[in-house]
Amino acid sequence: MIENAISLKDVWKTFDGKEYILKGMNLDIKKGSLTAIIGFSGTGKSVMLKHILGLFPPSRGSIEVLGHNITQFDKNQLTAFRRNFGVLFQGAALFDDMTVLENVCFPLFEHRRDLKKETVFEIATRKLKQVGLEEKHFQKLPSQISGGMQKRTGLARALALDPEILFYDEPTTGLDPILTEMVDNLILETHKAGQGTTSVMVSHDLHAAFRIADYVAMLNAGQVLLYGTPEDFFKTDIELVKKFVDKGMRHQ
Amino acid sequence: MIQKIAGWMDHVLLGFWKSFFEFARELGDIILFATSSIRLSFAKPYRWTEMVRHMEFVGNQSIGIITLTGLFTGLALSFQIYLGFKLVNAVNLVGPTVALGIARELGPVLTGLIVAARAGGAMAARLGTMRVNEQIDALDVMGVNTKQYLIAPRLYAAVICMPLLTAVFDFVAMVGSWFLVVHLVSLDEAIFFDKIRQTLEVRHINEGLFKAMVFGLVFSVVCTYRGFNTTGGAKGVGEATNRGVVVSMVMIIILDYFLTNFIRVYYSLIGIPA
Repeated sequence: MIENAISLKDVWKTFDGKEYILKGMNLDIKKGSLTAIIGFSGTGKSVMLKHILGLFPPSRGSIEVLGHNITQFDKNQLTAFRRNFGVLFQGAALFDDMTVLENVCFPLFEHRRDLKKETVFEIATRKLKQVGLEEKHFQKLPSQISGGMQKRTGLARALALDPEILFYDEPTTGLDPILTEMVDNLILETHKAGQGTTSVMVSHDLHAAFRIADYVAMLNAGQVLLYGTPEDFFKTDIELVKKFVDKGMRHQ
Repeated sequence: MIQKIAGWMDHVLLGFWKSFFEFARELGDIILFATSSIRLSFAKPYRWTEMVRHMEFVGNQSIGIITLTGLFTGLALSFQIYLGFKLVNAVNLVGPTVALGIARELGPVLTGLIVAARAGGAMAARLGTMRVNEQIDALDVMGVNTKQYLIAPRLYAAVICMPLLTAVFDFVAMVGSWFLVVHLVSLDEAIFFDKIRQTLEVRHINEGLFKAMVFGLVFSVVCTYRGFNTTGGAKGVGEATNRGVVVSMVMIIILDYFLTNFIRVYYSLIGIPA
């Protein structure tokens, strides 16, 4: 039984061969936990997430996900392995030529070809209801629903294949405080309902990170500055963390 | 002064080689992009539904504009040729001249340019928008092979639809030519058809259809490549669309010349007069 769902070991990344975005990053994300990744803008949060998803290969170092070193996978293996992932993108990234229901059905049609059409629709309907979307919106296009509903649909799509790891890429950026709280609660509820699902949330929202996450990792200059429970962040002596938390909490 | 000129020449030469290597690198990228997309189309799951959907867009939805431009090309070309041939008393040859010109050159080239602008532009814009809205990333992390799902069906749709659209263009242009020659300038209908029958061969039409297939491949590869590799938000989508369409159009015109020569060489090798 593996203890860590994700393990980054001495991961370095440069796009131009000169400037490094990730500088020997080490991070272990515990299986079944909800981990928030926080940090200043431009510290490599999204780049790190894209490495875990296998969208970027590291310049050096290794990334283990669910016990597999994904840096050694070829493209086809990586494509197949990504079926273990569910991702809620910042802008939901819904397919704009598909209805809400079709968006959620899409990963099921792709990867569960053994299922009948009715079963796929049944699962998709269940997932959409799980994230609190009313049936009257199922046949609408993404452009016809609100930002909050788009996030719910994106989450339902991410949940469609019952993934082992759920990623949230800045899920509340650009949302009003009420929608932000709704999305945060949704993430927490989904994580609890997932029973054993590992959730990783990249966020600017410190309140949410400290309220819902089991563990928080703060990145700075391409490295993990502090990894621990939310309490650890309030007790730390690291000046930069104290400043970030203090300002972040006050600002929000 | 001489040092200044030498420095300037160095600068120009360096710029030339830089552009040349950049062009070579990009061409290599485009070829790899197209070959990997086509190779992936032979792997399961086959994307028939997607291909038919794109064929409907590239083919069916282009018929209207192709018919319209074909008709007026036939009319205008016939009228110009009629005016010229009248001077040398050769009006009986208007029909076959138009038929050969349309079937071998204008049909595939104009169809290529129109479809590249309409469907190619739409391909680049759609893929570019999907890229900047993270929809392609979403497909990637869902374990969907994006080249197989997004690119290959578009390439096949363009390659299959282009000859069909060219055939439509050829036919409608000849209808336009017939209308002008027979009804507007009142030449003999029997001579019009008889001269075409004597001159136009099936291979001439096939030449045009072959060119159309190549043009279809070229514009779909260039436009999907541009769209798929879009960076930089809405501005990037605009640039990708613009560059995709412009490069496709220029390539169609340049390639037409080389294909014409290639076909001529092929004919001479198998002993048929071009």
